[in-house]
Order: sequence, then structure tokens, then C-alpha cells
Amino acid sequence: MFDNLTGRLETFVRNLRGQGKLSETNVKDTLREVRRILLEADVSLKAAKAFVRDVQEKSLGHEVLKSVTPGQQMVKIIHDELVSFLGGASEPIRFGKSPSPILVVGLNGAGKTTTSAKLAAHLRKRGRKPLLVAADTFRPAAIDQLETLGRQIDIPVFSGDRKNALKTVADSRDYARELSLDCLIIDSAGRMAVNDELMNQLQEMQDAIKPPETLLVVDGMTGQDAVRSANAFLERIELTGLVMTKLDGDSRGGAALSIRWVTGKPIKFIGVGEKTNDFEQFHPDRMAGRILGLGDVVSFVEKAQEAVDIESAQKMADKLAKQQFTFDDFREQLHQLKNMGPLESVLGMIPGMKSIKGLQVDENQFVVVESIIDSMTPAEREVPKIINGSRRRRIAQGCGRSVQDVNRLLNQFEQMQKMIKRFGKKGPKFPGGFPGMPGF
Amino acid sequence: MGLFEKLKTGLARTRELTVGKLSNFFSGRKIDEDLLEELEEALLEADVGVDSVDQLIETVRERVKLDKSVSSTQIGEILRTELSTMMIGPDSLGANRLAKKPWVIILVGVNGSGKTTTAGKLAYKFAKEGKKTAIAAADTFRAAAIEQVEVWAKRSGARIIKQATGADPASVTFDAYQSVLAHEEDVLIVDTAGRLQDKHNLMQELSKITNVLKRFDPDLPNEVLLILDAITGQNGLSQAHGFTKAAGVTGLVVTKLDGSAKGGVIIPILRELKLPIEFIGIGESVNDIYPFEAKAYADALLTN
Repeated sequence: MFDNLTGRLETFVRNLRGQGKLSETNVKDTLREVRRILLEADVSLKAAKAFVRDVQEKSLGHEVLKSVTPGQQMVKIIHDELVSFLGGASEPIRFGKSPSPILVVGLNGAGKTTTSAKLAAHLRKRGRKPLLVAADTFRPAAIDQLETLGRQIDIPVFSGDRKNALKTVADSRDYARELSLDCLIIDSAGRMAVNDELMNQLQEMQDAIKPPETLLVVDGMTGQDAVRSANAFLERIELTGLVMTKLDGDSRGGAALSIRWVTGKPIKFIGVGEKTNDFEQFHPDRMAGRILGLGDVVSFVEKAQEAVDIESAQKMADKLAKQQFTFDDFREQLHQLKNMGPLESVLGMIPGMKSIKGLQVDENQFVVVESIIDSMTPAEREVPKIINGSRRRRIAQGCGRSVQDVNRLLNQFEQMQKMIKRFGKKGPKFPGGFPGMPGF
Repeated sequence: MGLFEKLKTGLARTRELTVGKLSNFFSGRKIDEDLLEELEEALLEADVGVDSVDQLIETVRERVKLDKSVSSTQIGEILRTELSTMMIGPDSLGANRLAKKPWVIILVGVNGSGKTTTAGKLAYKFAKEGKKTAIAAADTFRAAAIEQVEVWAKRSGARIIKQATGADPASVTFDAYQSVLAHEEDVLIVDTAGRLQDKHNLMQELSKITNVLKRFDPDLPNEVLLILDAITGQNGLSQAHGFTKAAGVTGLVVTKLDGSAKGGVIIPILRELKLPIEFIGIGESVNDIYPFEAKAYADALLTN
């Protein structure tokens, strides 16, 4: 479904690019498609309508119609408008008098406890001394969960008497002062937006501690209800910012746009994985690309940087320049590519990649290739030219593949080397320097 | 309060315009493009999804074109029928559940969808029916997940089968099944860790859990239930596809229907995957789990 979505958008972008001129009719058709894409990405209906209206006004202005490349112009307008809907630059956490409280609130299952721990680790990296306060006395074992997470990341957790959330929060201040900690991250109980009792508790908590920062945690997979539940919180308590969670999945996260638009509160962080450091400052431009399904080149490069160590990449680049690429190098590159995560999701970040028809990534092919390389002698890996017929048979037997498989790999490798020769003159363009791999 | 009443109150709790309010502007109104657009918007706001909404509206439009005498009140009926048709799929297990002993149910789903709570509610339901029930704590990943299952096991009177945090969930399941055989219990509920459907390795872990049971009996597990949070938007469809592919989902449980979300994404899910909805969760107490009735759901979605 999402591949189709990306494909469709890319088709319309291509069609727009081909247009010599933009007329009112094809602007209208395009906007209908944009509306559809936004709705399928879970942007709320009202936000999607407002968005489309804005884009329409801008695109029917003189700039676009007179522009030589109206299609590109329009894509740019849509992208920029998304960025502005998402709130421009990212905003930092606000602190008051020490110990400064940060109240974490949200619906059941949004990811408050995980977010609290991630936020604590994030703030510590920036020189703060946080205390985690376990104020979810409602969900079974929520306090245990926070205590375990605190132990894992070595950040103190205060759980008071484990029964009275309000008292725990009030007492946490003295506890923080004793340990000379300078901020409190308060993990509150999850609640349905319609649960009065728990909403009252939250209100009392806020009255008692007057936190300079109250963060609403929103599940990135939320649908149209995002706006309703955010409003329900806004009616009862003061919010200063949002955290979107579970954005490491294939959800397009359109809820981010609606909530930001409805509440006017900045999105401060996003959760992108299950590990404590899978927590990032929010970047509106990346989110815009994600909602549109336009690929995320920045994240791709960042992932590549994480997986590939700079030094070996440099070595590889030198080798490529000198055209000394061997099977050992090839194997190492396969490893690095695998380190970047499931190949499909990695390729999905590259714009246009999903629209290549018949591009089937079979990770099992990697296993086949690796086993063949493993079955070669060091000398063969270094100088593949020496691999004659009997060596081919031996390699095939050693790895349990057919001679055809070995032949195919050798052919591919030869092609690759040819390509590298052409590359070598200009230097590699890919991050980490992996060359084009024919056959994949 | 009957199930329908409960569902209706649950679904009608929001103050914004939703499908629930439709009945108000059905009566006495002229059928024109404005009315159809309002209908379309209300359905979209219930997360029914663009494709399904297009089809619903198209059906209404066709009917009106064919029969000019259709009144606005009848539109409600047409929609209700069409919605119920879209939800037609295989019957839920109902009374056929627990046909074998021990009956093994695996609960799967994304993080925070309500798997552990559902495990507790199901265990309580079976215990009430006089069945001996065990819960295997196969979420060995998330901090304190096992403690959470323990609390629910206590509440429901089920026996908990657990290993240490970090243990291999497939091995927990394997041991749990043997233990349930030895104890001659009726039901084994396996509570797995939450995972996003596009995480390849984690999904393979699920396949491993089901495969390990097949060594005992190729018919196992008897049920694999996907737990879907009612708040989920169009990503729910991707969840249903992903978990079905990796773990062979046999049915759905829709949770948190007591919030302000309507869970409309089940309509495209049922249309595409033809899976039965086995249960719905409305409320936070241990007995708040109910069978699903498509007609009641369509009614609750459309009436106020």
C-alpha cells in the first residue's frame, strides 16, 4: 500500500515536471491527489483541507504559472508548506528553577515510560542531572518498568510510596535536591482522553508543581483521533510541546502535522526505535519528506555514516581510486551494507528507488555471495583472474553451490571492476564508497 | 448495560463531528453533493480510509441516481448495509474455541497496543468459564513486562509461566507448552513482545515462536490474535499484512474502543484480509472484553 502511495506521488511529480505550463485544472487534479496522500498518511481531515487550500492559493499565484518549471515549483511549494505546517525550526526543552520538572503525559500505550527514560538519557548527554519520577501508579508494573530502565541507563528513579502519585511527585523535589539533581522527568499514568478521574489528577499535579515543560507523547501511528485526544488534553492542562513515538516503523506519521497544526505546540522530539538512544530532535523538513513519501536522503546518509567506519571507508576509496578492488573488499562492503539494517528499508530512503519496477531485493542473495567468497583461497580473493575451471569446481563444492552460481558471481565481479575503473577517475560518489553492484 | 449500549456509549463519547452525528442531518435533508461530502468527511474522520470511503460514497451515489425517491433517512440504511457487507469474512470462532486441549493462543501486535492487558482479560474470561488457564510471559524484552503479566495473572487467577528477562521467547513458549501439558490445563495464552511490523528480525522471531509449537502438533498454534489499538490510523492495514505474513494471524482484537477513537481502519483490514474480529476491548477492568458483532459495530458507527 505504501509503495503504491510513493509510486503515485512520484508519477504525479514526474507528470508535473513534464508540464510546460500549469493550468488551473491540473493544479486542481494535483491538489486532489495531495489531499488523498495526506489522508492516507493519517493527516486529519481538517488539517489536510487547510493545507490544500494554502497550497492552492500559493500555486495559482503568478510565480508558478510563469515559471519555466511549474511542476518542480509546485512540488517545492508543497514541501515548504509541509515544513511550515510542521513548525519550522526545532525547539529546545525549557527549564525553570532547579530541580526543574518536565511532566510527561499521554494516552495508554503511547510510549510515555520509554520516552521518559530516553529523554533522561538525552538530557544527561547535554550536561543535565535528571531524576526519573515514577508517577504511574495505575498500570501494573509501570513503576518496575521505569526502575528497570533507570538501572539500565544508570539514572536514579524516585518511586515514593508507589501508591499516591501526587505525593510521589511532591516528594521527588526534596529527593532531587538531596542528590543534587537538577531536573525531574515525571512519568504519569496513561489515560483515555475521556477519563475524568485521571485528567483531574493530572490537573492537580500541574497545579502543584507548575512545570515549565509538559510534553504530550503521541503514538506516531495514530489516525484521525490524534486531534481529538490532543484537544482533550489541551482543554484540561497546559501543554508546551509534543513527542512523537514509534516513527521507526512504516507509518507516515501524518498525526504529527495535524497535532502541530491544531495545538500550535512544537514537536520537540521523535522516538525512532526501542533502544534508549533511538531518540532524536525533531526536524520538520525530514518529516515533510516522510509524509510525502519522497524518501529521506539525510537519514540515509546518516545511517550510512553510523554503519561505516570512516577509516575503512577512506581505505576503500583509495583502493577504488587505484582500481585494486578485491573479493575481500567486496565482502567487507556487503557486511557494511547489512549493518545499515534491512536492505528494503534502507533502499526505501532513496528517492525514486521504490518506483524502479521489478527491483527485488533478496537478502538471501547476500548469503549465497558470501558463502562463495568464503570458499575461495586468500590468493583467489586477491587475484580473481587465477580462478580457472577446476578452481571454480572446488569453490562450488566447498560452499555447496553450483558452478553456475560461482560463474555468475565472477562475471558480476568483473563487470563491477570495469565500472570501478570508470568511477575511479572521478572518485566514488556513494557514502562509504560502495560501488554499483550489478545483479542486485 | 448490553454490549451494543456499551459500544455505543464508547463510540459516542466524542464531542466533535463524527459518524455518530450523521443521523442528525440525515432526516429531512435534500440529497445533494453537500450531503454526500459531509458523509464522506465523517467517514474519513472515523479512520475508515480513503479507498473504502470512496466506495461507500459511490454506492450511495449510484443508488440515488437509480432511484430518485430515496430519502435521506434511507441513506443511513444503505450505508449500514454496505458497511456490514464490507466487514463480511470468516465467522469468529465463538463456541468452537477451546475445541482442543490445550488450546494455544498467541497474542501479537505493535508496541503499546494492549497485548498484556488483553492476555489478562482473556485469562479472566476463560477462568470464569471454569477453564484452567496459563499465561506464558514471552515478552522477555521490555523492561518489567513479566511483572506486568504477573499482576494480570493474579487478577485473573491464571498460572504464569515465565523465565528471566532476555530469555529466548521461542524457548519460553516451548517450555510453557510442555508445562501446560503436564498440568493438564485447558488454555495457554502466549503474551509476546510488541514489535513494529517492518522490523524484519523481530518478525522472524515471531515465526520462530509459531514454528516451535508446530513441532508438537502441526495444527498449533490454534489461534494467533493481532491486537490492534482503536486509535491506529491507516498504518493498521500495514500491521495486519505484516503480522499475517510472519505469524499467520487468525483473527483480530480491537482494543481501547472506550476512548474517542472509532477504529474505522478495521473496515479496510477486513475488506482486504478477510479476518474475523474475535474480541473487542472496551474499558480497563478485567472483564471488559466482548465478542464483536459487525452489525452492532456498523450501527454504533452510524447512530448517535
